[in-house]
Amino acid sequence: MLKLGVPSKGRLMEQCFGWFAERGVTLRRTGAEREYAGAVEGIAGVGLVLLSAAEIPRELAAGRIHLGVTGTDLVRDTLADWRDQVAELAALGFGHADLVIAVPAAWVDVDTLDDLDAAAAAFRRAHGFRLRIATKYHRLVREFLREHGVADYQLVDSQGATEGTVKNLTAEAVADITSSGETLRANHLKVLADGLVLQSQAQLYLSRAADLGAGDRAALADLAGRLGVALPDGM
Amino acid sequence: MTGKARARAEGATILAAFEAAGAQPVEADILQPADTLLDLYGEDIRARAYVTADPLRGELMLRPDFTVPVVQMHMADGAEPARYCYLGEVFRKQEHRGARAAEYLQVGYEVFDRVDPVAADAEVFALFARLLAPLGLTPATGDIGILLAAVRGLSTTGRRKAALLRHVWRPKRFKALLDRFGGRVPVPESRAALLAGLAAGTRPDPGAPLIGLRTEAEIDARLAALAEDAAAPPVSAEEVGLLDDILDLAAPAPAALAHLRDLARALPAIAPAVERLAARLDALDARGIGVDTLAFEASHGRTTLEYYDGFVFSFHADRPGLPPVASGGRYDALTAVLGQGRSIPAVGGVIRPGLVADLGGLGPC
Repeated sequence: MLKLGVPSKGRLMEQCFGWFAERGVTLRRTGAEREYAGAVEGIAGVGLVLLSAAEIPRELAAGRIHLGVTGTDLVRDTLADWRDQVAELAALGFGHADLVIAVPAAWVDVDTLDDLDAAAAAFRRAHGFRLRIATKYHRLVREFLREHGVADYQLVDSQGATEGTVKNLTAEAVADITSSGETLRANHLKVLADGLVLQSQAQLYLSRAADLGAGDRAALADLAGRLGVALPDGM
Repeated sequence: MTGKARARAEGATILAAFEAAGAQPVEADILQPADTLLDLYGEDIRARAYVTADPLRGELMLRPDFTVPVVQMHMADGAEPARYCYLGEVFRKQEHRGARAAEYLQVGYEVFDRVDPVAADAEVFALFARLLAPLGLTPATGDIGILLAAVRGLSTTGRRKAALLRHVWRPKRFKALLDRFGGRVPVPESRAALLAGLAAGTRPDPGAPLIGLRTEAEIDARLAALAEDAAAPPVSAEEVGLLDDILDLAAPAPAALAHLRDLARALPAIAPAVERLAARLDALDARGIGVDTLAFEASHGRTTLEYYDGFVFSFHADRPGLPPVASGGRYDALTAVLGQGRSIPAVGGVIRPGLVADLGGLGPC
């Protein structure tokens, strides 16, 4: 059975179901309303697995699912050398969000990463510790700041309500997902001019680690044809 | 023997040779307090060291190198001068898939001696060169002290020099700063608008309340610094050219020395560092090192963890993708940071016995 992992709830699940339905593949939840079980109709040999979007990258990397729908941000933050572990088959056109670096809007002296770096150096001298940036995207943010030569900062983990950390004095800046910037503005934060770390959206990924039996290969080719996506060489 | 056992056997042979050279063997804890390492290296160390925690001691890291614990030990109760050696695993988290080891042995030799630093540099390099001779490795050397002296000698503001010194170990950032201070890139639009407003005596209105720990006074101090910087003349094209020249310098040691002596005429601040290089080459020559062909790169060691501030060296095998078999350098400033007010000139290096074994081993030393 070829396993397709999709987000188990919310708008992301609905939009995902909609994307497949437009291409003649019906995904639906089965069983009781709160039961995480699903089925794929209209195509043989494909099974549906409902998962948290955050767990889909790991399941793809481990080869426990063959295909999965999740955000670019999650794949790139979770998986080392992600291109070796998964292939991007299609950008689905929803779930758009930008991962950005934001600082208090009142920091009139800080508009770029260059400013952030200088402010971080002065902050460390004044306060005796490194300027804290709250995020849940540790790998992406660290690689981005290293690439741009920002020093004297530290990342502090924030798994939710990240925009509130500055007001709560647990961070001086944030790196978080935003779509309209509303929440950032409401929390008196502004995005740095060159602070865009990643533009994320929902993607259909193919695992490079999952075993494909002869039946799975046929189902994968059939599904790819139906969805109108190209498979990487050798798949 | 398995790979690990062979590596350990090679390490033991090298450790014995370090002891024979007068070093006292020391041990270091595998679990190191994370705050010291984070304070020294910043967030990047988190990407490179394994972080763990326990309820009593808080955040800990699996020893990513020996230098920090050995320096701490020496600064706490070391006699002077001192020579230490050690053998043990270090742990380096790998962010990329591939063959690079996440744990491997290091065998190291460190010299704390304030009498004759140049002689100590030569002692460490010559010892490594002698021990590693059977492997036919290629040595490379450099001296970060020359670049540091050149930056300190620029005729520009203290703030600009401090910014450049802070980023000496981040080549891309360093170049961006130098381009800006040298007026080689335009001022960003937002900065230009901010500066124009400041010059007219108006502080921009953010339209939002100040939140967080960074204070109004800190923001105002930086605005004043920006205004001061805008008023300062750019670093002259001649001085930027001299720095570029130093950064690009890669030549056999005698030619590099001659070139640096030429540069010192225009930038006298580097003269003492250049003469230290000359004295070091003499000391190496006296120890039988063939300095005429010894490779010298003024930028060597700039991309490693930021603690080398003088002589740096490495030994490479002619095998693509293989990390350096040995590396080391001088880290005087690190002893000041960890010494709480005290400092001592220090130089040392490490060999990876696992790579030595892979390359066929040293045989009896």
